[in-house]
Amino acid sequence: MSNVKFTEDHEWLAIEGDVATVGITDYAQSQLGDVVFVELPESGTEFEAGAEAAVIESVKAAGEIAMPVAGTIVEVNEALVDEPELVNSDPMGSGWFFKVKLAETAGLDSMMTEAQYRESLEG
Amino acid sequence: METQQEQLLKTPLNRLHRELGAKLVPFAGYEMPVQYPAGVVREHLHTREAAGLFDVSHMGQIVISGTGVREALESLVPVDLGKLSDDQQTYAVFTNAEGGIEDDLIITRWSEEQYFLVVNGACKLQDLAHLQANLPDFSIEYLDGRGLLALQGPAARGVMQQLAPEAAALTFMNGVRVSIDGVSCYVTCSGYTGEDGFEISVAAEDAEAIARKLLDFTEVEPIGLGARDTLRLEAGLCLYGHDMDQATTPVEAGLLWSISKPRRTGGEKQGGFPGAQKILAQITDGTQMKRVGFVVQGRAPVREGAELVNASGQPIGRVTSGGFSPTLNVPIAMGYVEIDYIAPDTEVFALVRGKPRALKVARMPLVSQRYFRG
Repeated sequence: MSNVKFTEDHEWLAIEGDVATVGITDYAQSQLGDVVFVELPESGTEFEAGAEAAVIESVKAAGEIAMPVAGTIVEVNEALVDEPELVNSDPMGSGWFFKVKLAETAGLDSMMTEAQYRESLEG
Repeated sequence: METQQEQLLKTPLNRLHRELGAKLVPFAGYEMPVQYPAGVVREHLHTREAAGLFDVSHMGQIVISGTGVREALESLVPVDLGKLSDDQQTYAVFTNAEGGIEDDLIITRWSEEQYFLVVNGACKLQDLAHLQANLPDFSIEYLDGRGLLALQGPAARGVMQQLAPEAAALTFMNGVRVSIDGVSCYVTCSGYTGEDGFEISVAAEDAEAIARKLLDFTEVEPIGLGARDTLRLEAGLCLYGHDMDQATTPVEAGLLWSISKPRRTGGEKQGGFPGAQKILAQITDGTQMKRVGFVVQGRAPVREGAELVNASGQPIGRVTSGGFSPTLNVPIAMGYVEIDYIAPDTEVFALVRGKPRALKVARMPLVSQRYFRG
């Protein structure tokens, strides 16, 4: 059972060992609207925390996925290239963006739990 | 945020938008629905396949009356209004002294001495001031108390047939006064989607009832501004303030068709509108830049403001509208390029996040218009 954390930027991280799968939340996809394009990073790329790791474009606007933690990309969700709409239909599942090998785990503690994230949306 | 919300005007359909679950955004000073729960893509496709209902009550509705009003209006627009019969309408642009475009509008002749204008919401106050300053001897009435609904799509005519058969008989760019359920409406066969359809001007207090009546038809779904934008982009229609503005002329904007032949050089009503000298010279001599459509190669949308370069990386223009085409399932755009690059299939490049993305110049409209001309 993985440990899921949430960021203020409406990203989620499912953490298993030292690898986190990263995506955007249902709230984020509903705000973006229909996603029509996703630009993914290349496997092996190293990112600082906060760096722009992926681009997401909806019919309305462009946005980016900031790297929630420092680390190295180990896998990207190639399915999004042909089916970017997976981000809308299954944001917490098959609409994931990439997997990152964490350079450190320190930042994870300050992230929200699902309950805290839900609370932040209502606040 | 709070103060901005308070200052926003509300259309007569505001309550209905909320009830329908619309996402409301500020637009042209109004709180407008950008999308409903179906979302932009589904709303767009529904309009192309069945019928969409749009609230366009933010647009300005103006009536100008008086003896000699036709000639007076012709002094502000490069159009021959003499060719219009009662209840016939035309597209026009208000030009400025430099030949630029102050706004675009639809002019309907109601009678020899009365014309009905529909202007952009964001420009309506300056348009009113422009009319008052230039036509001081005429009655200029801003119809503040009216809503405007658009019913667009291949099913629109069938729906109208059941509500007001006289309106369902209209051909493109004609209007008629009808009663729908006892409510007096002025219906025109026009729109901003490239589809057959109607615009319905109705008293504000009756607008919601008419909207609900239309939404009762299973073919009709509410459509927000998001889909309105993608629909008009596919149809090759300009958005004022983006694809044309005070610094672009109608010739550069590809609106030559909107300049009536009698107003051009050698015509019987040659010139006589602001900026005529420059505009007529451009018709003869050509322009340096011109508006064209683009189909983007690849999946990444190219947005408004993106710089366009040629294969050698030299700047040749810019994108003025860009987004995703739900009908074609590819990103599309429109923008201005130097005249050497306007031929269809010419490849140009937009810099998006530092990377060159290829675009091909494409003939507009990118999706065929389906106006009903009888």
